[in-house]
Amino acid sequence: MNPWELAQARPGAAFTVTFDGRPVEALPGQTVAAALWAAGVTSWRSTRGAGRPRGVFCGIGVCFDCLVTVNDRANQRACLVPVRPGDVIRTQEGTGRDDD
Amino acid sequence: MTERPHLAVVGAGPAGLAGALAAAARGVRVTLVDAAEQAGGQFYRQPAAALGARRPQALHHQWRTWERLRDGLERHVDAGRVTHLTDHHVWCVEGESGAFAVHALRGPAQEEGVTVRADAVLLATGGYERVLPFPGWTLPGVVTAGGAQAMLKGGLVLPGRTAVVAGTGPLLLPVATGLAAAGARVAALVESADPKALVRRAPVLAAQPGKLAEGAWYSGQLVRHGVRVLPRHTVVEAHGADRLEAVTVAGLDRDGRLRPGTARRIPCDTLAVGHGMLPHTDLAETLGCTLSGTDVRVDGEQRTDVPGVWAAGETTGIGGAALALAEGHIAGRSVAARLHGTTPDPRRWATASRSRTRLREFFAALDAVYTPPADWADRITDDTVVCRCEEVTAEQVRTAVDTLGAGDVRTVKLLTRAGMGWCQGRICGPAVAGLTGCPFTPGRRPFARPVPLGVLAALPEQETD
Repeated sequence: MNPWELAQARPGAAFTVTFDGRPVEALPGQTVAAALWAAGVTSWRSTRGAGRPRGVFCGIGVCFDCLVTVNDRANQRACLVPVRPGDVIRTQEGTGRDDD
Repeated sequence: MTERPHLAVVGAGPAGLAGALAAAARGVRVTLVDAAEQAGGQFYRQPAAALGARRPQALHHQWRTWERLRDGLERHVDAGRVTHLTDHHVWCVEGESGAFAVHALRGPAQEEGVTVRADAVLLATGGYERVLPFPGWTLPGVVTAGGAQAMLKGGLVLPGRTAVVAGTGPLLLPVATGLAAAGARVAALVESADPKALVRRAPVLAAQPGKLAEGAWYSGQLVRHGVRVLPRHTVVEAHGADRLEAVTVAGLDRDGRLRPGTARRIPCDTLAVGHGMLPHTDLAETLGCTLSGTDVRVDGEQRTDVPGVWAAGETTGIGGAALALAEGHIAGRSVAARLHGTTPDPRRWATASRSRTRLREFFAALDAVYTPPADWADRITDDTVVCRCEEVTAEQVRTAVDTLGAGDVRTVKLLTRAGMGWCQGRICGPAVAGLTGCPFTPGRRPFARPVPLGVLAALPEQETD
């Protein structure tokens, strides 16, 4: 059993996005976080202080742990933002701003 | 009044939906403002439409109730009685009776401001999970129990293959059984309380045959999926270098202290953990509503002490979807009567009122049983990050208290930055209070979410009716 079988899902056609330069398959309707989880990725941020990896924690937009850079826009909550065809998703280092 | 009175409902979960339907059915124009793409809230979170789920009910409980709410909303929307604003993130409600402004940010980008004006407001903002820190809790793979469930319900994804579900509270049951049904191997359900203690509260349980049946059903599902249940156990540590690899769990004695020699290591790539829920009260506080403890205080009609502001569901105290429905229904009826200038007759909602009383008693009983273990704060090691946003360790908080003399959470915050980050202390608040030796009180946040300066600057121009 997997979640797709359980909910008898028939998603639209998969598309490709990139995560840190490598191609990742994503589905319409998924959030960035869901697409990354489905690809086996669980961290996409390193913290400002200790540089520790982080990913989804609360999953509902409250904790801001899952911040990620999408199409050069930093500080996006991966658990809220829908994934779009061609998205360039990058691990967010620190504040996500190059000048910091 | 030439136009129908206008109610803004914030939140489209069970409470907000029940309130919107009850008010709309009684001659009130309703604008339902909600952050999600689809109605349902956290309890009835729906898979994204594009995922094409033909059996979403497999992820849910009380599906028929959802169908009733969903169909009711659709009818009212079609008839023009309810406007449903999806993807609208409310950051502030201001005003007074008869003239409220509900400020929201639109879309996932949350860069564009929208203001809804209304005569009355129903706050149905729900709650979020409380997680108390332990060594390793910041490792990727450690998620909140509700978060694991939300990602499954909304995105049809699992965080990994082998999960441990841990913490305390009734939410752990649906999370463990839900993950297992969706194909995860749930290695253990680790509950720090002793659910047998509920038996001592038999009269309250006896009044809730539905809840007893629900509990029995979950027990059956745990057996069916081979989930090992470890009552009076707790996660002592999560292990891994850059990702969760295992957890150590240990037994607790009657006083909530670790039993020597009971520690065992369970390999897993997912830890879904939670220690109960907290209400979202930011909007209510900014409006000036009085809280009692962590909950928005309401009267028998679900009115807050600010005229024109009602509240229902988890924001008035954690009590689950059925209680939220009862409270929302009462609130909607009260709003309709009051906005039409009449005094409502509570006998008209006697059924909802009885249900509300019984469910509040039931959840008070649960609350007394499902409490975190006594010395959870003492077990947080010095090097454990407590404030996840600002990376403040337990040692820094303890130094602020023991060496620098901080006696309250605010001083700790000023000395350490704990609670100053992105989440504004929502996650670390209970832990910092525990380490400081203070009771937890909700932080005051004038803005319920980050707002772009451009939206603030442009406010007068962007107002719409």
